[in-house]
Amino acid sequence: MEFLPTLWFVIIAYLWTGYLMLEGFDLGVGMLMKLTARSNQERRVLLNTVGPVWDGNEVWLITAGAATFAAFPLWYASLFSTLYLPLLLVLVGLIFRAVAFEYRGKVDSDSWRNRWDWAIALGSFVSAFGVGATLALTTTGLPINANGDREGGAFAWLNGYALLGGSAVVLFCLIHASAFLVLKTDGDIRARYRGLLLQYLPVGLLPMGGWAITVHLSGGKPLTWLTLAIAVAGAIFAWVMAARERDGLSFLGMAVFLTAGTTTIFTSIFPVVLPSTLDPAFNLTAANASSSDYTLSVMSVVGLIGLPAVLLYQGWTYWVFRQRVRGDRIPQAHSVTIQ
Amino acid sequence: MEALELARWQFGITTVYHFLMVPLTIGLGLVVAIMQTMWVRTGKAQYLRMTKFWGKLFLINFIVGVATGLVQEFQFGMAWSEYSRFVGDVFGAPLAMESLLAFFVESIFLGLWIFGWDRLPKKLHLATIWAASSASIMSAYFILAANSWMQHPVGVEMIEGRPVLVDIWAVLTNNTLLVAFPHTIFGAFSVSGGFLLGISWYHLWKRRRDGIDTVEADGKVLVGDVESTGRDRTDYQVWLQSLRIGAVIAIFSFAGVAVTGDLQAKLMFEQQPMKMAAAEAACHDGTGFSVLSLGNPGSQDCDDIVAVVEVPGMLSFMANGDFNTEVKGVNSLLPEYQEKFGTNLPDDPIYGERAGSEIDYVPVMEVTYWGFRIMITFGVLAACAAAVALLIVRKGAVPESKWLMRLAVFGILAPFGANAAGWIFTEMGRQPFVVAPNPDPNGIDNVFMFTAAAVSPGVSVGELAASLITFTAIYGILLVVEVRMLFTYVRGGVPSAMPELLHNHNGRDDDGASDGKDEGDVLAFAY
Repeated sequence: MEFLPTLWFVIIAYLWTGYLMLEGFDLGVGMLMKLTARSNQERRVLLNTVGPVWDGNEVWLITAGAATFAAFPLWYASLFSTLYLPLLLVLVGLIFRAVAFEYRGKVDSDSWRNRWDWAIALGSFVSAFGVGATLALTTTGLPINANGDREGGAFAWLNGYALLGGSAVVLFCLIHASAFLVLKTDGDIRARYRGLLLQYLPVGLLPMGGWAITVHLSGGKPLTWLTLAIAVAGAIFAWVMAARERDGLSFLGMAVFLTAGTTTIFTSIFPVVLPSTLDPAFNLTAANASSSDYTLSVMSVVGLIGLPAVLLYQGWTYWVFRQRVRGDRIPQAHSVTIQ
Repeated sequence: MEALELARWQFGITTVYHFLMVPLTIGLGLVVAIMQTMWVRTGKAQYLRMTKFWGKLFLINFIVGVATGLVQEFQFGMAWSEYSRFVGDVFGAPLAMESLLAFFVESIFLGLWIFGWDRLPKKLHLATIWAASSASIMSAYFILAANSWMQHPVGVEMIEGRPVLVDIWAVLTNNTLLVAFPHTIFGAFSVSGGFLLGISWYHLWKRRRDGIDTVEADGKVLVGDVESTGRDRTDYQVWLQSLRIGAVIAIFSFAGVAVTGDLQAKLMFEQQPMKMAAAEAACHDGTGFSVLSLGNPGSQDCDDIVAVVEVPGMLSFMANGDFNTEVKGVNSLLPEYQEKFGTNLPDDPIYGERAGSEIDYVPVMEVTYWGFRIMITFGVLAACAAAVALLIVRKGAVPESKWLMRLAVFGILAPFGANAAGWIFTEMGRQPFVVAPNPDPNGIDNVFMFTAAAVSPGVSVGELAASLITFTAIYGILLVVEVRMLFTYVRGGVPSAMPELLHNHNGRDDDGASDGKDEGDVLAFAY
């Protein structure tokens, strides 16, 4: 296998992992706004744990998309056109969610806030599900022909793997968000989310584990036995540490679970990037779907400058806003005053 | 309708809409950064208020730009998969550079700016808005690099039927890009100039209407003071200075737009002669530029179009800098295009139903002719209005006339219209190509793609119709919501962005959240 396409496959896997790691908890927090939050104050606490960071988290998705376009244009073209309707839903969800974050507090009325809370919760749910379905399908296969185009109509992609991947990411986001909220909130709220984390973690991570095992069984390598074991260990570690109230370590366990899980999934399918369910001869691979070596070299230089820099300044943002968010420690929303 | 038309409508609607938010974001971002710099340097209250007020409007607009920008990144693959496959080796790179080097910076530093007031040291906090604002300008550079490549492909070689990148530097220094970039940025500044001017005028007018400021017989302005509602003397300074800054920006950016637009026209004459002819709806070769034509440019029959007002030599000047260059009309260009690129689309399934059909090389001339003129007219009007406005307020007050105030507020739309018209002109004028051929003497004439071949073959008409309806409906709703939100915050004035200016608040609200800011708060601002 050539070096540059392999490198870019790794970078794209890393970008998706970064996206799920970061936006994972803000999508989860978005869903929890309607699932668990009991009062406007609690919803504001939840919202403001991710307030300063959610937009930066979302750029990981845009970068994953753009990097796929630049490095593997045939993968980008086939995946995005085949999954036209699910990606439409992802976009609709993300649009409403983004606007809702910004506009929710801008008018002081319960019905206004309630409407945007639904936009945040449903938008988060729909986009998490759509991203999960997309990732699951690119690792399990789509009905694409020799040209990479979909056969079989608008819903030809819809199968059990789409539902498995969709629910895997939704549930992962909810668990991940609970672990995040335990780190970022205080008092009653913190205790409640620790309770939820302990109660639901073992069940909630099962679908993602199932997805990883499925892909591993169909094309796994000796290495993915190891990563799969690490993922399981990460999940157990996260649960045990949450029970011992070692919240930082618990969150670290979640991060290990996710990273080892996505590593298992992407390593198992490599060098295929999008299997064809019609004929293995139509499979898109890192070699036949990639850009030229020149383009990949240029992008490697850009990536080597850009990605470490992103880690630095994004990490710094989390440091600046490291304090726990409490209902009595945040200012009122700036709702407008008409003179 | 067929898939191609639906996909084109969708790209047009979503992109023009996205580009309503983008120029305001770029223009206002820089304005806010400058205002905050003035505050950090002088410590004067009015600059802080200006930063907060215009910053609030900036954010209300920014978020819709972000939300609709996501669609742009996805829809090349979703609706235009053949295009993505054809150009992927060269076109994806600037998009990926945009997200890696610019959009990350913009989003993350804006988060720091919004929530970092009082948490970050003053100067560091100032640096965050400069980082975000510069990154938005850098974003524009990369996106325009991608677009300019579609207008004028450079830096590639055709290998196995696809353009393969051989020189990224050529793509990033494409001469089309080097003029399109300043033209777009100046266009964005003109939007923020009109925005500042119109809104500040409204507030100065309202102060006079409410009897706070009065003007004596000799024109001297007596500035009033209503402290409890934040409409004190500082408030007056906020609006007067904002108005002047806005007007100056509008005038200077118009000069920039005009100079770069002139350079663009000369490149267009060399690179896309058919677009130049379509801008003039000219069938015959000629030198004159028609200010107004009657008849039906869309009939594509020369006898149907009569130039009512024509400036002799003007078209020649725009194209070549002199007054006697014959600019080729459609009638001379058509045979040239047909000879080079064929009279009919190839009989290839990639063209779908259009395979083998005749190629129409002439863009829709109603759109190009009027698009070009609307762009120029709105641009000129906005700049002249700004100059007149500066003159009217030279003594520090706006007239009491309600109609004049309404005109100033409606004038905000003119630069938006100019921007949209310019883009519609340049994109529609490129048809029937999605990647226009590059006719430079040492150019790469064989790198081109017909729009008819670019759409996703596997995507059904039903899917495209569903997404077109969905996006149009959502964008319609968002436009109403954003404009209402902007109106509310504009009417609220500075206190809508700085509630601490109002003294009539007391105690804690039902949430137990503290009123205004507390020393113990973990955030200086919260959603």
